[in-house]
Amino acid sequence: MARVIVDVMLKPEILDPQGQAIVGACGRLGFPGVTQVRQGKRFEVELEGEADEAKLAEVRKLAETLLANPVIEDFTLRVE
Amino acid sequence: MTARVGVVTFPGSLDDRDAARAVRVAGAEPVSLWHGDADLKGVDAVVLPGGFSYGDYLRCGAIARFAPIMTELVPAARSGLLPVLGICNGFQILCESHLLPGALTRNSSRHFVCRDQLLRVEAADTAWTGSYSSGQEILIPLKSGEGSYVAGGETLAELEREGRVVARYVDSSPNGSQNDIAGITNEHRNVVGLMPHPEHAVEALTGPSVDGLGFFTSVLARLADGAPLAAATG
Repeated sequence: MARVIVDVMLKPEILDPQGQAIVGACGRLGFPGVTQVRQGKRFEVELEGEADEAKLAEVRKLAETLLANPVIEDFTLRVE
Repeated sequence: MTARVGVVTFPGSLDDRDAARAVRVAGAEPVSLWHGDADLKGVDAVVLPGGFSYGDYLRCGAIARFAPIMTELVPAARSGLLPVLGICNGFQILCESHLLPGALTRNSSRHFVCRDQLLRVEAADTAWTGSYSSGQEILIPLKSGEGSYVAGGETLAELEREGRVVARYVDSSPNGSQNDIAGITNEHRNVVGLMPHPEHAVEALTGPSVDGLGFFTSVLARLADGAPLAAATG
């Protein structure tokens, strides 16, 4: 069994109100040095067998189609 | 013959009943469509209502995009022949389906916004806005947490250049939408996405106005013309 991690982040130019809320909380909680937080999503995709090139291409397609919206998000893929 | 306007119910749709009622008040026959059936039942137009389809898991509209009904709806809408109005969650579904460009993201204020909102109709030449005049101001409810419209610079410029911004928020954007955009249309002008809710403003008893009714009477007038939309708009 192979596990592929897909990290999805809002593109840098897209406003991240959730990240901003977290920065606000950091200040109140006594972490004043935190200047920016960007919140993203992590998907753990488990596959049958080895994660060969063909399977990774499938996961990449899955990420483009469903897991991320390429209009506003970027994603990265890695085998764990 | 009475026009038949379909209203799709997804698991988590909230405003399908109000949308069907608005269709009836406008003088058409509402037809219930089910997300799980790849069958448009021969309707003349479709409304994708507001709500939280599939719990809005992953992203708003991201799962609904792949519902069986959408496999029928998307090609018909893309061809320019089938008028489709997506309201709120329906707008999000249209963007996720790539029938409309851009995306809806979390309100910049981080708060869910629920209020009667003044809009300015900018494009009165779509299948859903012919009953309005360009520049007309209308008051209809807005209720959304992820209504901030974003698109790439080139896409935004194209929308503006081609007059495809259907409505804008008057005064200031309540959710951080680029260019104060409340609604847009596609190149054939048969598909319209709108974040505020015209279906909640069709009767004086329950709405802040009856300004929303025009969206539904517009499509009936367009259907009565009988001209295929794609041919009519090139």
